[in-house]
Amino acid sequence: MPFLRLLNVAKRFGAIKALDDVTFEVKDREYLCVLGSTGSGKTTLLRSIAGILKPDEGEVYIDGEKANDIATEERNTVYVPQNYALFPHMTVLENVMFGPLAKEIDKKTAEETAMRVLKLVRLDKRADAYPNELSGGMQQRVALARGLASGAKLLLLDEPLGALDVRLRIELRTELKKLAKESGFTVIHVTHDQEEAMTIGDRLLVLRRGHIQQHGTPYHVYNRPERIFVANFVGNTNFLEAIVESRSKEGSILRLREGLKIRVQDPSFEPGEAVIVAIREENVSITPEPRGDEINRRSGEVTAVYFLGSFTRYVVKLTNGDEIASRTPVKEAKVEINQGDWVSVNFDPGNTHIYEYPTLGLPSELEAS
Amino acid sequence: MANRIFEVVSKTLDDLSSRPSVKKLVYSAAVIFLVSFILLPPVIGITFKLGLAEQVFSDPALLSRAESAVFWSFAIALSVAALDIIAGLPLAWFITRGHSRWINIVDALADIPFVIPTVALGYSTLLFWGSTGPVSVLSFSIPPGLILVFLLHFAFSFPVVVRVMVGALMAHNTIYETAAKTLGARSFTIARTVTLPLLRPSLIAAFLLAFARSLSETGATVIVAGLFENGPVFIKNAKDAGLEGPMVLVSFTLILSSVAVFALIRLLGNRLKIPINNVLPDPEARLSSKRSVNLRDGFTLLIFALFVLVPSIYITLPATGALTDGTLQNAFSGAGVWSSFWQSMALSYGIGVLVTLINIAAGLPVAVLVARKRLGKLGTTLLDAVVNVPIVVPSVALGVSLGFFWRSFTFIPEFWILVFSHMTITYTYFVQAMAAAIEGIPEEMEETARTLGSKPFHVFRKIILPLTKYSFLSGAILVFTRSVDETGAATAVSQTLKTAPVLLVSWVKHQVPVTDSDIALGIAFLVLTSFAALLALRLLVYRRKK
Repeated sequence: MPFLRLLNVAKRFGAIKALDDVTFEVKDREYLCVLGSTGSGKTTLLRSIAGILKPDEGEVYIDGEKANDIATEERNTVYVPQNYALFPHMTVLENVMFGPLAKEIDKKTAEETAMRVLKLVRLDKRADAYPNELSGGMQQRVALARGLASGAKLLLLDEPLGALDVRLRIELRTELKKLAKESGFTVIHVTHDQEEAMTIGDRLLVLRRGHIQQHGTPYHVYNRPERIFVANFVGNTNFLEAIVESRSKEGSILRLREGLKIRVQDPSFEPGEAVIVAIREENVSITPEPRGDEINRRSGEVTAVYFLGSFTRYVVKLTNGDEIASRTPVKEAKVEINQGDWVSVNFDPGNTHIYEYPTLGLPSELEAS
Repeated sequence: MANRIFEVVSKTLDDLSSRPSVKKLVYSAAVIFLVSFILLPPVIGITFKLGLAEQVFSDPALLSRAESAVFWSFAIALSVAALDIIAGLPLAWFITRGHSRWINIVDALADIPFVIPTVALGYSTLLFWGSTGPVSVLSFSIPPGLILVFLLHFAFSFPVVVRVMVGALMAHNTIYETAAKTLGARSFTIARTVTLPLLRPSLIAAFLLAFARSLSETGATVIVAGLFENGPVFIKNAKDAGLEGPMVLVSFTLILSSVAVFALIRLLGNRLKIPINNVLPDPEARLSSKRSVNLRDGFTLLIFALFVLVPSIYITLPATGALTDGTLQNAFSGAGVWSSFWQSMALSYGIGVLVTLINIAAGLPVAVLVARKRLGKLGTTLLDAVVNVPIVVPSVALGVSLGFFWRSFTFIPEFWILVFSHMTITYTYFVQAMAAAIEGIPEEMEETARTLGSKPFHVFRKIILPLTKYSFLSGAILVFTRSVDETGAATAVSQTLKTAPVLLVSWVKHQVPVTDSDIALGIAFLVLTSFAALLALRLLVYRRKK
């Protein structure tokens, strides 16, 4: 039985639909990352689960029980906002004891529980400190400890690493997951950082404008994006507009602008249909010498070169005017390629995805909010 | 044992607060209280008596007096508020941005006229500028009348502007000034083009508060007015003469026009543009020089000392004389007029305590509703407007309406009519202080506490209250001091019972046979007990904190 289940949940703020027909399940002890940009409905989703907001439609089930009419304080879910909401007038220990005391556990037991979880997050030595005396990372751990001590089973984290600097964020990612797993929590972790979501989540749920775009394991979402938006939002992807020329068991031949042709593996569209081809930048390889145009090997001029540390990103303008980018591991680059050079770009038909041409056009489909 | 009872009561309230029906009940009760005790009584009171106002129209002389009184009320309030801004802003600047070691002392001194009851302030001003005061050595004195009223109003509304602007300047992020400085702007140019435009809402608020305070003041104005009449003095004189018609007409006009002027200033204030496009490099550089700044500071301090501080505390001199001439013994033995004085003091403080407790209990839920916008945008704006009515409307006019309303219930004793009137006059202060403080606490903190298992009242006890305790205290102090100090409404409402300020006004006007020492000492007692009450409250909170 899933630990959390949302069924057709909708929430409106005036004319804005913050959540629309949201249905999904989270298994017991699962770590779910909800990925979406600002305004996608991520926070509304967490607040609806916590009972801070009441959905206009749909049902929320927690541990098998319908929770729509259960008060926030009775739901046993801990909401941790981005700024952690540590109580500034209480010490670290008092903050962590707050949950047990609110649930009428006697003071001695509450203190023991609080000290135990503070030890777990390695902050037992700062029990008497006030939140403003702690670093961002420590505050985050106190917020977690406070959730742990409360005895809740579902942890709702709203951009928990958003306020930290990059290095600390990367460090704390794994620690966060480890702690949640060790403590037996079911976690919903909201973020706009795709790398964070992929690293930490058992499963990903991509939200856009209050709608679920895709729900699955990070591997699945990354390698089989079901929508153009997901292909764009998760990872770095080239999009080319094309018409299906022909199709066979092996795949389809697509016609790009100016009649350039490419082959893709997906044969599901009819000849004559307008489609969008998506190719991950890391699946495009680049060779220094243009060796004549063939299908899936096209020549073009390098218009920009970005050095990204372990990768180099090249932007190549094809002869038909389409632009295609390639991410090449630095160690694989045998010859230096510069802006203005003519090169060949190649990709495997198996590493492409094609989508129906969006009614409102490609730019509208790529917009996050 | 007490702890155990407290725990049981708290737990019961925590549990009750979890029920949506109880929450609704508490909020509805608070809104019903607001409507039925604060909003409707003055509206109904004055509306039912409007017919009486017709008497005035048949008496051209009386009508002209009434018109002139209302005109002067607004003329004085508007000009005093404008002058307060001109003189108060440099002082607020000096306190927040200056480098003098006397800043803390100036800061504390700026509050003095604020905490002295206005009746005392009125008498002090009368003596200071009068023919026996210190200025008389220069063969110069100001008799009671328009100019003295103007000086008095300037003195007591000045600290309001300084306090609001000091708060605004302290809270203001100086990063914009730093950015402007690095772009090459001089300090005067920065103040004019960056700081003041950003502080426009606070400037408007300061202006409105000073304006309201001037418009509303009665007790002190009556003392220094002589034959001059503004609205409140006219109402007081009409009441003394038993003329209900003129009272109704002027009260009604003051209520309507003050609400209209407030609305107008709020609307126009937001459109007010401080000219920022033109920069005059040479004159502004000269105005930014150290010499100019020193000159400005010196002039500001001189104005503050001469027109605000010294006239306000001058009362201490004659009060000292009363310690040695036998008045003190009379006072303590309760001889002659002193017996009624102590009764009035007990009445004032009794009403003060009651009104503070009622307004805390009735105001807290409304403060939450306003701060958390629980009634939606329109509902909250409406609620906020209703809450602010008592400070917008002159208290004496409010008192006249409240008197008419509550006295129509003949079974209500006069004491309770006084309590209800003081309640209306002071209601806004606590709600405003608490609403602002609650608004400053991120709602997420409450929500997180709820998800940790805390019930709504538990969240209030453990999170909101500790984080707002200073605003709670200052709101309570404002209600208490304003109630003890209130003269206008009390004058309008009282029949046989006299609160201390009302009694002292009658002493100053020599409506009862008293000596100047009696007056000085009586006023000194009022000032001292006000200070003592404030100190006691502060100590109480300090001890709790420890």
